[in-house]
Amino acid sequence: MFGKLTLSAIPFDQPIIMGTLLVVMLGGASVFGYVTWQRKWAYLWSEWFTTVDHKKIGVMYIIMALVMLLRGFADAIMMRTQQAMASADAAGYLPPHHYDQIFTAHGDIMIFFMAMPFITGLMNLVVPLQIGARDVAYPFLNSLSFWLTAGGVVLIMASLFIGDFAATGWLAYPPLSELKFSPGVGVDYYIWSLQLSGLGTTLSGINFIVTILKMRAPGMTLMKMPVFTWTALVTNILIVAAFPVLTVALALLGADRYLGMHFFTNDAGGNAMMYVNLIWIWGHPEVYILILPCFGAYSEIIATFSGKPLFGYKSMVYATAAIGVLSFLVWLHHFFTMGSGASVNAFFGIMTMIISVPTGVKLFNWLFTMFRGRVRFTVPVLWTIGFMVTFVIGGVTGVLMAVPGADFVLHNSLFLIAHFHNTIIGGVVFGCLAAMNYWFPKAFGFKLAERWGKASFWCWLVGFYVAFMPLYILGLKGMTRRMNHYANPDWQPYLIVALIGAVIILFGIFFTVLQLYVSVRDRVTLRDPSGDPWGGRTLEWSTSSPAPFYNFAVLPQVRELDQFWTDKQDGVAYMRPNRYEDIHMPRNTGVGVFMGLFGVVLGFALVWHIWWMAALGLAGMVGSFLVRVYDRDTDYWVPAAEVERIERARLMRMQKVGMVGVATPANDEQQAA
Amino acid sequence: MFLFLAGCSTEVLDPKGDIGAQEKSLILIALGLMAIVAVPVIAMTLWFAWRYRAGNKKARYAPDWSHSTAIEVVVWSVPAVIIAILATITWHTTHTLDPYRPLASRAKPVTIEAVALDWKWLFIYPEQGIATVNQIAFPTDVPVNFHITSDSVMNAFFIPQLGSQIYAMAGMETQLHLIAREPGTYAGLSSNYSGAGFSDMHFQAIATSQQGFDAWVAKVKAAPATLDRAAYDALARPSEKNPVAYYGHVPAGLFAGIVEKYMGGPHAGDHASMAALPSNHMHAKAAE
Amino acid sequence: MSHAAISATADGIHVPVAHGHGHGHDDGSRTLLGFWIYLMSDCLIFSGLFATFAVLANATAGGPGGKELFELPYVLGETMLLLVSSFTFGLAMLDMRAGHRQRVLVWLFATFLLGAGFIGMEVHEFAHLIHEGAGPDRSAFLSAYFTLVGTHGLHVTAGLLWLVVMMDQIRRRGLNADTRRRLSCLSLFWHFLDIVWICVFTFVYLRGVI
Repeated sequence: MFGKLTLSAIPFDQPIIMGTLLVVMLGGASVFGYVTWQRKWAYLWSEWFTTVDHKKIGVMYIIMALVMLLRGFADAIMMRTQQAMASADAAGYLPPHHYDQIFTAHGDIMIFFMAMPFITGLMNLVVPLQIGARDVAYPFLNSLSFWLTAGGVVLIMASLFIGDFAATGWLAYPPLSELKFSPGVGVDYYIWSLQLSGLGTTLSGINFIVTILKMRAPGMTLMKMPVFTWTALVTNILIVAAFPVLTVALALLGADRYLGMHFFTNDAGGNAMMYVNLIWIWGHPEVYILILPCFGAYSEIIATFSGKPLFGYKSMVYATAAIGVLSFLVWLHHFFTMGSGASVNAFFGIMTMIISVPTGVKLFNWLFTMFRGRVRFTVPVLWTIGFMVTFVIGGVTGVLMAVPGADFVLHNSLFLIAHFHNTIIGGVVFGCLAAMNYWFPKAFGFKLAERWGKASFWCWLVGFYVAFMPLYILGLKGMTRRMNHYANPDWQPYLIVALIGAVIILFGIFFTVLQLYVSVRDRVTLRDPSGDPWGGRTLEWSTSSPAPFYNFAVLPQVRELDQFWTDKQDGVAYMRPNRYEDIHMPRNTGVGVFMGLFGVVLGFALVWHIWWMAALGLAGMVGSFLVRVYDRDTDYWVPAAEVERIERARLMRMQKVGMVGVATPANDEQQAA
Repeated sequence: MFLFLAGCSTEVLDPKGDIGAQEKSLILIALGLMAIVAVPVIAMTLWFAWRYRAGNKKARYAPDWSHSTAIEVVVWSVPAVIIAILATITWHTTHTLDPYRPLASRAKPVTIEAVALDWKWLFIYPEQGIATVNQIAFPTDVPVNFHITSDSVMNAFFIPQLGSQIYAMAGMETQLHLIAREPGTYAGLSSNYSGAGFSDMHFQAIATSQQGFDAWVAKVKAAPATLDRAAYDALARPSEKNPVAYYGHVPAGLFAGIVEKYMGGPHAGDHASMAALPSNHMHAKAAE
Repeated sequence: MSHAAISATADGIHVPVAHGHGHGHDDGSRTLLGFWIYLMSDCLIFSGLFATFAVLANATAGGPGGKELFELPYVLGETMLLLVSSFTFGLAMLDMRAGHRQRVLVWLFATFLLGAGFIGMEVHEFAHLIHEGAGPDRSAFLSAYFTLVGTHGLHVTAGLLWLVVMMDQIRRRGLNADTRRRLSCLSLFWHFLDIVWICVFTFVYLRGVI
């Protein structure tokens, strides 16, 4: 009846897990109770869960990412504690069975359920606003993507309390991840949570490509597109080109585990090297999928706060595109030590180095954007400068490891761990937090408190160096990754320092949470009445904060890059049109929620071999989709009068704070538009 | 910072053999080359940010300046030149440091066959007819040819102070050529995570004089245990923290048998088509 | 013939949508672009499976290979069913352009029958192989074979379900902007599967037998 699932799947004997479960249950119960007490369920359902508004979906993605950041970081600090303790073959406090799941979960959660949702959330929030669109191309699909990703989150979180997670490393290399060596349900949780969220990611990739290609404001040619949108375009192309390969790799691994096939097994002709190739053909573009939108965010931030256009816009675009193409030609550098021929290794090594050229150009472009500017050291700028310095170091160590001869001694060592945290924390995490501080007012209508944002930045920056510089040294001392304990007592002092670094980062995270709390509390004083709190350059700053659900009452006309900046210079940025028009908008739908829910049922049932439930989950997904297919009430019109009422209220607010050039009667040009 | 790193005692930067020494100098050369761009970038980031801070009204403000062909040319070409130099070095060293490349030496190499098991290393000396668990010895100044496979999941064979590592994979034979120049006992390990007992999968690599090596071989030969089929099957079962063990006698062909057993029957060679993968180096050997 | 069908498709999308109200709410072309991109990503899935098959084509682990297993005439029969189904779909699209609802339905039904016949033959072939002891768990080669061909089969099955839905919608709602757009997408999907099958036939069966 319940397949492999019995009560013994819940690890009652593990105090750490049970404690966590208790906290999660208490936390969940109190949130549930609070929402019920405030009678907010209907509001949450109709305004948030069923929304097809890209801004709200973006916010939900980012909230999910922040929650998963906490989970992933909890794993990190547990690992650092274990390694700080387990010297000279002392056991530490985590047995391998538990520790091995933690480092696997840490990697998967941080990449798939922290970084990816954060990036997707930012693109959701910003891209349609930047290109002057009212929503994405397929609003329902967008909601579905989110709920599928959320389904993946539910599955991976369930693995903590029901059964276990993979103990294989974050990419689950076979044959270790095959049934013979990992007979538990851990790898199955891995497969299905990634497949579910991967499907969501692919769909959202398609959605954004079409959005960017088809829905730009009139006059916005590709070379007048804001840089963040450019990076989003390239990232989504990478998503659509790379994620199918992940889908294949995981499906074949699943076929081995579920149907007794022999793709990657040791016996019957299986070839584990093929998995390693496939997973990295996805995996290397994946790191650029994560970093490119962050590059875009840094570009917007540095230009805005330097009070100058971005230096070398065209260079930036070409560099982004070049990185996108090259990212598919370097995957083998993840396994130079698998015994490929010298020429093959050298080719992939050199291709990898070539990527550093466009990346280096980007750094110079940011530098020269500051040059002869008026740099305001706001929180986003601090993150950006912290990134520029840190990322250079990560880039240098990356190019170093791209030299096969060097990689032969650095591969799989803590030097590698330090390197990719150097780029992912210094690049992606800093970028996400910079972007969050930068675009927060656009989502909520008030700024984030500077003070705690700065505290968070300094803790992250210092914490990063304290945590990861020792790992570089340990890598050179021959310490390999994923060790539960070690015989060499020389390593311990470095690992204790690394733990201290992790604790400093913990304060950084705490201050971010505090910053959010304080900002919500002081939202009245932090309010952004203008919609343009930073002196922005791109279209998203031309509409109000928070942006109205239709984004733009009148679609903006674009004649050049940084159109909004020029409009402000010319005093025509806030022209009121003579006449508003009806606006066509998509209607909210709960189908995405149900499909995500049935997806969880399907995944959970497959993990535990509960076949009837799997059939139910699949039927539920298909059925919900059919309901959508037959639904004809999917859109509606916002009457012009309603638009006018909202817009008038905004102009009143702006006049109240004494903004000039507001509400001048429209000129002829505007009418023509 | 990296100069500082070079200063402290680190195994990788304190090599005891030729391969490791070349890899060390390669690392330092590459870092030096990259510093030509990296150091100015970091310095300029901090300098520009400070110089052009909003509070500094003395600095020039050019609110519309966003293009300079001269700067663009420099920022594209300088990194490109450095990468071109590094690429040349890479092409050359990747070939000279290819783990499969036998080392030139007048001395007759020692051959060691390494098998990764759950979770220990089995070493077979085919010429001496002996085997050990979690310990190897070899003379200094003599090339050591490693033939490496796995009878379980993927591992990697690595002695940091001697240089390169290489994966150990079932049904495959990978190769590694190392040489030690200084006597000593060096830490060896598996550097690819392989499951629960992975952390204890380390071994000793003893580089010693020829006499010392001969004495060590004699000691192992004197061990009563024979690594026959039954003994091997028992050893191959998962176990953790295995002590060093010696087998005075090993039947010939054990290593080949371990590699072959996953090749499965006459048709099994997927060699021809494995050329489709970039990682086809090992099959030439396995196809024999 | 599939050329004709595709150009018919391309015309199909220019049907004005219900709210032709500017603001870039031109769902037709947007949907079709998105669907093309989806097909490209699906194409990559098949590329991955083909590459895997190529790598494992000789990894028979002592078991039977393509030469012993494949019956070319039978597979040719399957192929013809699918090719003809693409043709009938093309006719359906021509009738959609002409606005003949009933004939669209007839051709779609014919397409469905042919597709279902294809699936029936494939299932029978799989059952036969498994019965002979040449199931997907026999060797890496057979794993790759079953997975590649089976994935195509699953796609066709999904296409059949979609066909049923479209027939029902056209029956109920007629040929409006929505159904035309969806039928255009399905047409692309169907021809895409046809092309994939031709690759399967060539690289798996023909190459396997020779």
